[in-house]
Amino acid sequence: MSRELSPTQLAVERLARPRPAPGIWSGNMVAVLERGWQAIKTQNWGIIISGFFEPVLYLLAMGWGLGALVGEVEGPGGAKVSYAAYIAPAMLATSAMNGAIYDSTMNVFFKLNFGKLYQAMLQTSLGPLDVALGEIMLALFRGLLYAVAFLAVMAALGLATSWWALLMVPAAVLIAFGFAAVGMGVTSFAQRFQQLDLIMFAMLPMFLFSATLYPISVYPSAVQLFIQALPLWHGVELMRHLAVGHLTWATLGHATYFTAMTALGLWVTTVRMRKLFLR
Amino acid sequence: MGGGQANATRQESVSCAPYAAVVTSEELVIRARGLTKAYGDFVAVDGIDFDVRRGESFGLLGPNGAGKSTTMRMIGGTLGRTAGELSVVGLDPETQGPQVRAHLGVVPQQDNLDDDLKVRENLIMYGRYFGLPRSYLVPKSAELLEFAQLTDKASARVDDLSGGMKRRLTIARGLVNEPEVLLLDEPTTGLDPQARHTLWDRLFRLKEAGVTLIVTTHFMDEAEQLCDRLIVIDKGTIMAEGSPAQLIRQYSTREVLELRFGSQRNAQVVAQLEGLAERIEVLPDRILLYSADGEATLERVSGAGLHPVTSLVRRSSLEDVFLRLTGRTLVD
Repeated sequence: MSRELSPTQLAVERLARPRPAPGIWSGNMVAVLERGWQAIKTQNWGIIISGFFEPVLYLLAMGWGLGALVGEVEGPGGAKVSYAAYIAPAMLATSAMNGAIYDSTMNVFFKLNFGKLYQAMLQTSLGPLDVALGEIMLALFRGLLYAVAFLAVMAALGLATSWWALLMVPAAVLIAFGFAAVGMGVTSFAQRFQQLDLIMFAMLPMFLFSATLYPISVYPSAVQLFIQALPLWHGVELMRHLAVGHLTWATLGHATYFTAMTALGLWVTTVRMRKLFLR
Repeated sequence: MGGGQANATRQESVSCAPYAAVVTSEELVIRARGLTKAYGDFVAVDGIDFDVRRGESFGLLGPNGAGKSTTMRMIGGTLGRTAGELSVVGLDPETQGPQVRAHLGVVPQQDNLDDDLKVRENLIMYGRYFGLPRSYLVPKSAELLEFAQLTDKASARVDDLSGGMKRRLTIARGLVNEPEVLLLDEPTTGLDPQARHTLWDRLFRLKEAGVTLIVTTHFMDEAEQLCDRLIVIDKGTIMAEGSPAQLIRQYSTREVLELRFGSQRNAQVVAQLEGLAERIEVLPDRILLYSADGEATLERVSGAGLHPVTSLVRRSSLEDVFLRLTGRTLVD
């Protein structure tokens, strides 16, 4: 590093490189991640660990408790699996959804309006897009840790029966990315906390009815179509396929759904960035 | 009044052409023309014009809600403008926010330090937001802690700092990128007198080092202490522009005689005071008589058979300028 350049010049020179969206993006998302990591180190690990237990507790209560009454059910491709093995992938998909939505709606909204962190970041060379992407990435990183831990639990309980199950980790990150991107897009329209409560309110029925705890075939076909349009169903199916290594074109379709959801969410967030961060 | 002065400045720069363009672009760090911010029907900043030259200490003086902070945020590109032109270090902050802010240090009205990080890490991480390398930031943070008199607090939690210390840390943080322009929004609001003087001392040093300071304040003593030149803002418009001394000369007398007759009698005696001073202002708790010689005015008041409960002769301040311009006091 040459000593002749002043720090301002250093920063300006870096920013002089061509990049998309120069008014709202400085290409320095890494600094936001770095800050997140520094903060996590000093934070209460109890809160972070609690996020891991939620799906595990559901799995134990439903899979082992309720599963004893249910017995075996039909898994992907028609193979018989234990009830615990049937719902475990759904629990992972749901937990990826919950974490991503919480982080991208409530957490972001709070930090925007009441916390001072984003305000401080935005008075530097960072643009709102650096902050938004960094925040999503941090949420995904946490989701990644949870997914790895949950998969380990599944393996220990003998619920993961294929090496393909390892792909459940990146799948969880993809599902979280889709939900986080859309969540942040929705947050850009929110004026008050109560409006975000609506999203949280929509998530519980989505969890209960998206073929998480029983197959979608119990519904009349019109209801089935509706459920199949919702994101969590795609997440659950994707996970279920991977858990037993039953890969079809449908598996790819579910993954594509989340890729599209991510792209849409990021597009809305970028367009709405000024409204979201610069009010 | 203020408009006339702004016009005069503009005419000068026109008459100096063709050199003016070169000189202006090099010396002006901020140029605002017709700068406007409206929220629906409410106009927070109403078409203001001002220039800030490199190395000068420029003040925005006005009461709370005058549009000072709004103007500051538009300069930093964290708030869009509704209309008008704004150029900061030759760039438009709205479309080139990250570049503009690379030249700026921002000290907001309310400290927004990072509570999750220690004192030193606050400085280093803030520098990382500018994309600066740690190899630069580690020695720089030590230097800034020294400047802010916080070296022994380097590993403390932000929560454990006093108000004055937090303020100094916020200013030190704003200097991490060695900015050309430091934006200070109400820098000493909420500080005790000693902490204010410590802070002013630090800001003087920066000014001596050639940093352009832009200060908003509703304290006239602060404006007098810190600003080479200032604009007086009220309800989003510029009421006057000039150096503190110029403004006082132009809009007030040399001295002021403050009289208190007790809240009941203040209003009654006003008629008898007419003609004893160049100008009289009646405030709820006291009467202000403006004249070149306050002691002489006080003698004339006694000569007229009036005996106030208390009397005080003082030099005119920016507070008097503001009162003259708006009919209101700065701090209600």
